[in-house]
Amino acid sequence: MTADAVIPFDDAIAAFDPVMGLEVHVELSTASKMFCSCPTEFGAEPNSQVCPVCLGLPGALPAVNAAAIEAAIRIGLALNCSVAEWCRFARKNYFYPDMPKNFQTSQYDEPICFDGYLDVDVPTADGIKKVRIEIERAHMEEDTGKALHVGGSTGRIHGADFSLVDYNRAGIPLIEIVTRPIEGAEQFAPEVARAYVAALREILRSLDVSDVRMEQGSLRCDVNLSLRRTPADPLGTRSETKNVNSLRSVERAVRYEIGRQAALLQAGGKVVQETRHWHEDTGVTTSGRSKEGAEDYRYFPEPDLLPIAPDPAWVEELRATLPENPAVRRARLATEWGLTDFEMDSLINAGALDLVIATVAAGGDQARARKWWTGELTRIANDRGVDVHDLGVTPEHVVRIETLISEGALNDKLARQVIEGVIAGEGDPDAVVASRGLAVVSDDGPLLAAIDEALAANPDVIEKIMGGKQQAAGVIVGAVMKATRGQADAARVRALLFDKLGVVEEA
Amino acid sequence: MGFMPTISRDEVAHLARLARLDLREDELDHYAEQLDIILASVARVAEVAAADVPATSHPIPLTNVMRADVARVWLTAEEALSGAPASDGRRFRVPRILDEE
Repeated sequence: MTADAVIPFDDAIAAFDPVMGLEVHVELSTASKMFCSCPTEFGAEPNSQVCPVCLGLPGALPAVNAAAIEAAIRIGLALNCSVAEWCRFARKNYFYPDMPKNFQTSQYDEPICFDGYLDVDVPTADGIKKVRIEIERAHMEEDTGKALHVGGSTGRIHGADFSLVDYNRAGIPLIEIVTRPIEGAEQFAPEVARAYVAALREILRSLDVSDVRMEQGSLRCDVNLSLRRTPADPLGTRSETKNVNSLRSVERAVRYEIGRQAALLQAGGKVVQETRHWHEDTGVTTSGRSKEGAEDYRYFPEPDLLPIAPDPAWVEELRATLPENPAVRRARLATEWGLTDFEMDSLINAGALDLVIATVAAGGDQARARKWWTGELTRIANDRGVDVHDLGVTPEHVVRIETLISEGALNDKLARQVIEGVIAGEGDPDAVVASRGLAVVSDDGPLLAAIDEALAANPDVIEKIMGGKQQAAGVIVGAVMKATRGQADAARVRALLFDKLGVVEEA
Repeated sequence: MGFMPTISRDEVAHLARLARLDLREDELDHYAEQLDIILASVARVAEVAAADVPATSHPIPLTNVMRADVARVWLTAEEALSGAPASDGRRFRVPRILDEE
């Protein structure tokens, strides 16, 4: 594959106006598939979650998953969409072994949700830009199977000798969210695309309808991009870059396509309407198949599934019980807790905002709660390659540990050991404290003995402290902590030390 | 939605390609002629329906027939693969894809 010419981004933007369209596919986290009862667990043995319906065996009849309909409507409402009074599924016909039915059940001209918008804060070099992204539609469809291409020179589709297919994913509910053309983004187009997907992901997470794990493919973005000379010109020919699977890649893919299409147009060439593949490693897109026109899919209403006509009262009930919009909630909490943008961002990036909120709701202090969830607990989760939600530590555990610390029963070091115990499945914090015998030594006797020992071993320290170098006390405190295997209260040791030396501790 | 009462030979060839049917030249002529008759008949039926009658996709006036979101294992991989012409390990083996592109 030859590399395409690309011109520098700034030159491309100086000469052209980019227009984007973003299609995001969200895999719903329902227990069963869209049209059959097969389980939807990620990472199961190949073809162990299949049935006659998702294998397209003759005579099998699909039945719609009610939870998927509900999730679709909630997503639409959260994106300020109208909900269809009546809509149908449609067959999208194509021959490709990722769908054994030879069609994908989707929606065509009757999406369940349409005409919405999402207001996005876009961080740029010029500060935060507020951009309204218009949503054309959010419709229901099903995911396809996974094909593994074997043989050939590249390992990709082209040149493969044969393909091996796993249909566990075929039929998992998908919601496809399609924007209207995003105009006027200009040089911020890459940032706008990224910020939109990030904001959408945050909303989906707040709705608890999907794992939204881009790296696992439960949230996937297709980037449509075209260029025109000026905003007054009609839309140019677009390319569609498929399966861009991280926020950073969304930004890079937009940037790359702007540079590539600009180079092509500057050289007097034409942009071909085609599907392109995104390469995470090299940061380029390469040509895929040329796009079949919609008429080639021969869409027609799915005869095996009856129309969906959501009861307006139900829709209103779903609207009334939507969670607070994450952007609104973020602004509210930042004010309530007095956080800087940076502090809020690190909380959100750690994916721990909900945990901190739950910890505060359980009676914890927000600053201490943030420290636990974005510090120690996030670090442990990262080390283990698991989500911080899945450590087995609950907001209530954090509150209990914090209470023990404030009562003087634990110090920070012991508290970390308690957390270790909780994660290791040794029970709740009190059980771990009891079974591991973790408690701060509160009796002054052993502490004073340990201080004497430490002073004897570090004879120069007394002189330093008396001479005004109070930081030298750290050596003694450290030695006492070591001697008591961390079970001393450092502040108490320090106080006892200064008391013993008759020195007033500086603030 | 008005039907064109005729279908061209090129359109038949295009549909055959989409349906992965390898039709001979004389078959294209033959099917074009037959499809033309079918489409003309459908067009006559369409004339009867007034503009305010929507095309019927579902003859039974039911909506919202749904299933609760409860998972159930149906087939083992062995059972799923038992009818496949070819398999490899636990996967269906299919001919190379996008050969024609």
